[in-house]
Amino acid sequence: MIGTSEQVGTEQVNLSLDTVRDPELNQPITSLGFVASCTVSADGDVRVRLRLPTYFCAPNFAFLMVADAYDAVSAVPGVRDTQIVLEDHFAADAINSGVAARAGFVRAFAGEARAELDSLRADFLRKAVLAGTDQVCRSLPDTQAGALSAMTLGNAPPSPERERLRQRRAELGLPSGDDDPLVIDPVTGAAVAPDAVPLHLRRARVTRVGIDANTSICSGMLRHRYPSAEENQ
Amino acid sequence: MYEHNGEKYFIVDSHMHYWNAAPDNWVPGAEQYAKGWIECFHAYQGLGPPETHWSIEHFQKYSEDDLMKDVFEDGHVDVAVFQPTYLKEWYKEGFNTTERNAALGEKHPGKFIANTRFDPRDGDEGLAEFRRNVDRYGSKGVKLYTAEWNNGSRGYKLSDPEAYRFLEVAQELGIKNVHVHKGPTIWPLDKDAFDVTDVDHAATDFPALNFIVEHVGLPRIEDFCFMATQEPNVYAGLSVVIGGLMYARPKFFAKVIGELLFWVGEDKMTFGSDYGIWEPKWQIEGFVDWDYPDRDEYSDYPAVTTATKKKILGLNAARLYDIEVPAEYQLPADAGTPGARDDAQLVSDT
Repeated sequence: MIGTSEQVGTEQVNLSLDTVRDPELNQPITSLGFVASCTVSADGDVRVRLRLPTYFCAPNFAFLMVADAYDAVSAVPGVRDTQIVLEDHFAADAINSGVAARAGFVRAFAGEARAELDSLRADFLRKAVLAGTDQVCRSLPDTQAGALSAMTLGNAPPSPERERLRQRRAELGLPSGDDDPLVIDPVTGAAVAPDAVPLHLRRARVTRVGIDANTSICSGMLRHRYPSAEENQ
Repeated sequence: MYEHNGEKYFIVDSHMHYWNAAPDNWVPGAEQYAKGWIECFHAYQGLGPPETHWSIEHFQKYSEDDLMKDVFEDGHVDVAVFQPTYLKEWYKEGFNTTERNAALGEKHPGKFIANTRFDPRDGDEGLAEFRRNVDRYGSKGVKLYTAEWNNGSRGYKLSDPEAYRFLEVAQELGIKNVHVHKGPTIWPLDKDAFDVTDVDHAATDFPALNFIVEHVGLPRIEDFCFMATQEPNVYAGLSVVIGGLMYARPKFFAKVIGELLFWVGEDKMTFGSDYGIWEPKWQIEGFVDWDYPDRDEYSDYPAVTTATKKKILGLNAARLYDIEVPAEYQLPADAGTPGARDDAQLVSDT
């Protein structure tokens, strides 16, 4: 479909894979070690092999990662053909052929699913917003409830964590400007009332602890399964 | 029992198995699932100390003698609770059935409690089998694996009408404890299979039953914690938490324990080794010796005392299963009042 003779760089394709996240762990599939290999031919044909920590990792999240990888790679200028292959997974055939056919989740798992995965993805983005709120607020020098509820996103010191929180909020369509409140309800986007801030932050923290604990278990399992997988912490 | 620094701990291993996952038990045509399942379990064992790792062959099928040595002789356990998982679509005689467990239990009176299970999708026939098992083995608890594949179905929810029918019968039959284990599949597949909302509904509607959420709802600790604060009959089963994190990820282990103590409280947390995934010995010895790392990050979590550990390692589960605990292992009536609930109250009132 593209008549360019310019060769696609492996680096560009890798960068596109960096934008694909495990929706549950809220981290790029590249740093999680889920990309087993990625090759780019002179003609712009890309072949990516993905692997997961277990044979039984949840099929809905696996589907999202394969589909997102397909979208990200195909969007790289000069890519002629994209193949994403999930390996060593109980639902690999359904996922791989479903994504290759651009069939969507419901068709890939005919009779076993009622809806596409947007709502699942949004639920986990909201968890990511909560976890990110903990990350940003916990590093502030003054974490008094009153002060936090009056703070804006722009009041928090600039950091990669703050920008990541902003990005996750934006993905959900939640207020994400510098003048918007720092602590918001991840469903409604409304500012959290001062008296509700302490419990909100407790929830934010346990959400982050949960995601971190899962990530640590997943990376340990991946290394057991694929001993060459690099330590990720 | 385990004795350390002059303290005596009564140990109840409230979540363990006696399985056969060797190739001789694989269902023809489903070998890849049987193999995938046990390899996944084996990878979990990889999170424990290297000297406790087994070969995959040994892991697929350990003997009665191995179990008695690992759990009781070396493992300090006083009473162990068998938690069956059937998986008959993949394993010819089942992975770890009530019958297999009970046959071993019968040889060692007083050592084991034989829980049974049911699957709401099995209908009348399943209900009859459930009644027979409770009658024959005197089960006081059931283990429910909601992600089990059954005749084309990839799982169920505890809030399904069919599940309620079984829970009603469970209550009638004198079942006290329902151990819930979530897995990666459920119907429909587009929903989060690990969601614990269905346990919340069942716990509200069956107040006479205790719901022990195994693996503390991992990978949904946060959802589990919110639910547990609202449901007095919901417990945290620590299988996988100690085995999977204490050695491999001590920092996250400290945080998870801190969160559980805060939200759930030390009176509602129960130790389970998840044997044969992990041997109990290192888990018990390590936990008795454990405290938060000396860092500010953990300063606002509830303290972990000797009383906390005694409750988690045995006294809480002994209460759930009416196990008689000799006086020397019991806590004085006023010991170890948990701070967790008070703190949680404080936060929500602030």
